[in-house]
Amino acid sequence: MEEISVRVGGQAGDGIASIGEAVARGFSRSGLHVFALNAYQSVIRGGHVWFQARASGSRLYSQGDAADVLYALDKATVEIHSAQLRPGAVVIHDPEKFAVDASQLPPQVTLLPVPTLEIARKYTSQSILQNAGGLGAVAYVAGLPLDLLHQVLADSFGKKKGEVVDWNLGASTDGYKFAEQHASVSARALGRRGSPKLLMTGNQAIALGAVAGGCKFLAQYPMTPASTIMHWLAAHARSLGVVVKQAEDELAAIHMAIGASFAGVRSMTATSGGGFSLMVEALGMAGMTETPLVVVESQRSGPSTGLPTKTEQGDLNLMLGAGQGEFPRAILAPSHPIEAYSATVDAFRLAEEWQTPILLASDFHLSENFATVDREEVSVPSAPPSLFTVTPNGGDYLRYQITESGVSPRALPGQPGLQFIAGSDEHDERGHLISDVRAGIPVWISERQRMMDKRMHKLDGLARSVPPPVLEGAADAPITFVTWGSTIGAVRDAIAELAERGRPANLLRFPAVYPLEPAKVRSLLEGAKRPVLVEANYSGQFGRLLRAETGFEITDRLLKYDGEPFSPHEIVARAMEGPSHGGQ
Amino acid sequence: MADSSARAVPSSPPTALPVVGKSETKPTWCPGCGDFGVVAAIEMALKRLAIPSHDVVLVSGIGCSSNLPHFLSSYGFHGVHGRVLPVAEGIRWGNHGLTVIGTGGDGDGFGIGVGHFVHTMRRNVDLTYVTMDNQIYGLTTGQASPTSTMGHLTKSTPTGVIETPIDPVALALASGATYVARGFSGDVKHLVDLIANGIRHKGFAFDDVFSPCVTYNKINTFDFFRQRVYKLESSGHDPSDIVQAWQRSLEWGEKIPIGLFYRTERPTYEELEEVLHAGPLALQPTGLRDPGPVLDEFV
Ligand SMILES: Cc1ncc(C[n+]2csc(CCOP(=O)(O)OP(=O)(O)O)c2C)c(N)n1
Ligand code: SF4
Ligand SMILES: [Mg+2]
Repeated sequence: MEEISVRVGGQAGDGIASIGEAVARGFSRSGLHVFALNAYQSVIRGGHVWFQARASGSRLYSQGDAADVLYALDKATVEIHSAQLRPGAVVIHDPEKFAVDASQLPPQVTLLPVPTLEIARKYTSQSILQNAGGLGAVAYVAGLPLDLLHQVLADSFGKKKGEVVDWNLGASTDGYKFAEQHASVSARALGRRGSPKLLMTGNQAIALGAVAGGCKFLAQYPMTPASTIMHWLAAHARSLGVVVKQAEDELAAIHMAIGASFAGVRSMTATSGGGFSLMVEALGMAGMTETPLVVVESQRSGPSTGLPTKTEQGDLNLMLGAGQGEFPRAILAPSHPIEAYSATVDAFRLAEEWQTPILLASDFHLSENFATVDREEVSVPSAPPSLFTVTPNGGDYLRYQITESGVSPRALPGQPGLQFIAGSDEHDERGHLISDVRAGIPVWISERQRMMDKRMHKLDGLARSVPPPVLEGAADAPITFVTWGSTIGAVRDAIAELAERGRPANLLRFPAVYPLEPAKVRSLLEGAKRPVLVEANYSGQFGRLLRAETGFEITDRLLKYDGEPFSPHEIVARAMEGPSHGGQ
Repeated sequence: MADSSARAVPSSPPTALPVVGKSETKPTWCPGCGDFGVVAAIEMALKRLAIPSHDVVLVSGIGCSSNLPHFLSSYGFHGVHGRVLPVAEGIRWGNHGLTVIGTGGDGDGFGIGVGHFVHTMRRNVDLTYVTMDNQIYGLTTGQASPTSTMGHLTKSTPTGVIETPIDPVALALASGATYVARGFSGDVKHLVDLIANGIRHKGFAFDDVFSPCVTYNKINTFDFFRQRVYKLESSGHDPSDIVQAWQRSLEWGEKIPIGLFYRTERPTYEELEEVLHAGPLALQPTGLRDPGPVLDEFV
C-alpha cells in the first residue's frame, strides 16, 4: 500500500503528542487519510511515549506495521523503534543530545542529525523550542509543504499571538531548511490529495455523536481512556448546550444520568471497566425502571487497575452480564471514529425507542487514537425533539403497560395527571410494588412473570433494530476473520495487504455484539470457509458469546492480551500460516 | 419499531391541577412506625405550598422509609439503596422547574450513600432531603446503622456498637449545607414547618427526622425522644450563626435539640451552571444545529 508513516518518540513531558499531532494534521490537511497512534504510559513525566502518524491516499484503519521517519528525542527511542523502520527510512535526532551509531540501524536506514537545540537557542533559552526545529525537519522529509506546517503550528496556538508563536514558526523553518540541505524528501511522501479531512479521536467522535443524537447531559468520573469524552464535551458545554457534570464517583455519575433521563433529558455516562464495575447495580435500575440511558465503556487492559493506558477487549463478559437478574440491553461496538460517531447517534435513538440502557463498547485503541473522516461522512440527523412534545394518553395511565414490543408509553415529571412511581423493585403496570405484601401471592406471581416477559421482549425488537453483522469483502474468500470493535481496524488493513499478496480474505464484523439474531449469525458463520476469531482478550469472549448464541464454535483463534493493539502483520501471518486450533 | 402507543398524541389536558395528596397505595409500615408522621408532614407541607402534584418528584433509595414515594400522589423515583441524592440531582438538572424531594433512611443516606450526601451539600443543589433516622436498619430486620449509638445491641452487634455514630446535623454543617434542620415525627406540626421551609429554601435543605422504628429499635423510641427533645425556636438559638449551630449539634443526652440549626444563602448549583440559564434542560433545543464550526475544529 502506498503510505508514509512518521514516528516520534521520547519521554513523557517532552511534547511528543504535540509534535505527532502536528504531523498528523499536516497529512489530514493535505487531504490524506491518517491513522495516528498515541502510545503513552501511566506517568506524567518520564517513561517512554511515542506517537505515530500514518498517512495514505486511501483509508487507513490501523497504525500499520512500520515507519519511514523516526524523530527520536531520546536515545531509547532509537533502540526501541529502529527495528520497525522500513528500508529508506530516516532517523532524525540532535547529536548535541545523544549520539546514534549509524551501524546499529537496519540496512538502508539513514541518519539525519539536526541541531535542534542550537536552533532553539537562536530564539529563547527554553529548550522545548527544539521540538519546532525537529518538527520542521520531519515535515520536510515527510513531504509536507512549509506553508502548511506553519498553518498547522499557528492554529495549534489558537488565538494566541506573540513571540512564542513567532519562535515556533522561525524554528520550524530553520529545521525545514536544514533538512532541505542535508537530506531528501522520502520516496514514500505522498503530497496533496484533495480537500482537508477531519482528524478526530474515537472519543471526540463519540462526544460529537452524542450531541448530534440529542445528548444534553453527561455525568462522568475521570478514568482513562474515557476521560477525553468529558474533556471535549466540557469544552463545548456552553456552545452546544450540554450540562457536563464531573461526579464524585461512577456510582453518582450513572445515577445522575438516570435522574436526568427520567426528567426527560437524553443522558449519557462514560467510563472504563473499573468505573463500569461500580455502575453495575445502576445499569439494572435503568433496565428495571425502563429509563433510557447511554453508557460508554472504553476498555483498557485489566484486570483491576491493569494497564491504564493500554488497550484490550476484555470487558465484553462484564458488559453482557453486568447487573443482577435479567434486563434488556444492547452493546454497540464501533471500530473507527466515523463508526463511533454514528454508533453514538444510534445508541441514543435505541435507548429512547426501547427505554433501556444501551452500551457503547470502545477501548483505548479506538478512544485515544486519531483517524480521518470526510466532512460529508458526518451525517447530522435532524435535531431530536424535546421529549415533552409527546404526551401519552391520559385517562387510566399505565407507565409500565404491557405491550407487544415491551415498550410502554412514557410520561415525564411535570406532565399533569400522569404521575407514577418508577420503581427499582418489581412493580405492576401502574408502577405499584409487587415486591413486598404482594410477593408470592398467586395472582402477583403471574404478574411478576408478565412484567419480566414484557421487559425481556424488548430484546427481540432490539435484535432487529441494532445494526446487523456485516460480511466485508468477497463472499467466497478462503479465510474469514470474525471480529468486533477496534480490532476490526487491523483486520481491514491486513485484508488489504493479503489482497496485494494474492491471498484473498474477508471480514465478518459485528457493529452490535449484542443482541444477535442467532439463526442469521449461524448461517454467516457456516458460510465461512475458514473462520478465524480475532479479538484482544485472553479467553476469546466474543467467540464464546457466538458459540452460546449459535452453537457454532470457532476453533481457529488469534487472541492478544499484551496491552497492544493488533498489528496488521500479525493477522497477515496467521492467514499465511494455516489453521491453528485453540492457540493464543 | 417500538409500539406506537409510546408516541401517542396528547389527550385533552386535565382541567384541575391537584396538589399532592395520598395515593391509592396504603403505607405498608408496621403500625406505629415513625415514618407515618413523616409522610403526613411531607403531604401537609406540599399542600401548604400548593405545589401541583405533577411538579413534585419524590426520590428514594431502599429501606422501609424509602417506600414513602409510593404513598403520595406526586411523581416518584424509588431507586436503589443509597443513591437517592445523585438521582435527585440528575432530575433537578434535567428539569429545574420541578420540586425535588429526596427521602430515605439513615442507612441509605449516612451509610452506603454518605459520599453523595457530602457532595450534594457542598454543591448546594436546590432540593430537599428528608431522612427518616431511626438509628437502625429496619428493612433488613435490625442491624446497626451509622447513627446507632455506642453500645446499642443489635443483630449485627450482639455485644454492642463499638463505633462513634455519625451526627448528620454536624456532617451537614461541615459539608456546606445551606439549610440544616432536625425534626421529630412525634411532632408533626413542627415537622411540617421544617419541611415546608426547607422546600421553600433556595438551595440544599436537609431535614434529619427522628422517626422511631417501633419494631427493631427499643432504645430510641417515641418516649425516648418525647422526654428529651426541645425546640431551638423557643430557646434563643440564632440559626444564622454557624458557631451556635455547631454548639447545638453537639448536644445529645438529657436534652436533644430539634428545629432549624442553620440557614444561609449561597448561589445554587443550578444558578451557577450557565447552561441552565437558558431554561430547564429538558425543554432546551437538542442536536448539532450548526455543525459547521464544530467540524471546522477537526480540520
Ligand atoms: C446494595 C444494597 N445493599 C444492601 C441492601 C439491603 N438493604 C436494604 S434496606 C437496607 C438498610 C435499610 O436501613 P435504612 O436505610 O436505615 O432504612 P430503614 O429500613 O431503617 O428505613 C439494606 C442494608 C440493598 N438493598 N442494596
Ligand atoms: S421495621 Fe421499623 S422502620 Fe420498618 S416499618 Fe417497621 S417500624 Fe418502621
Ligand atoms: Mg434506618
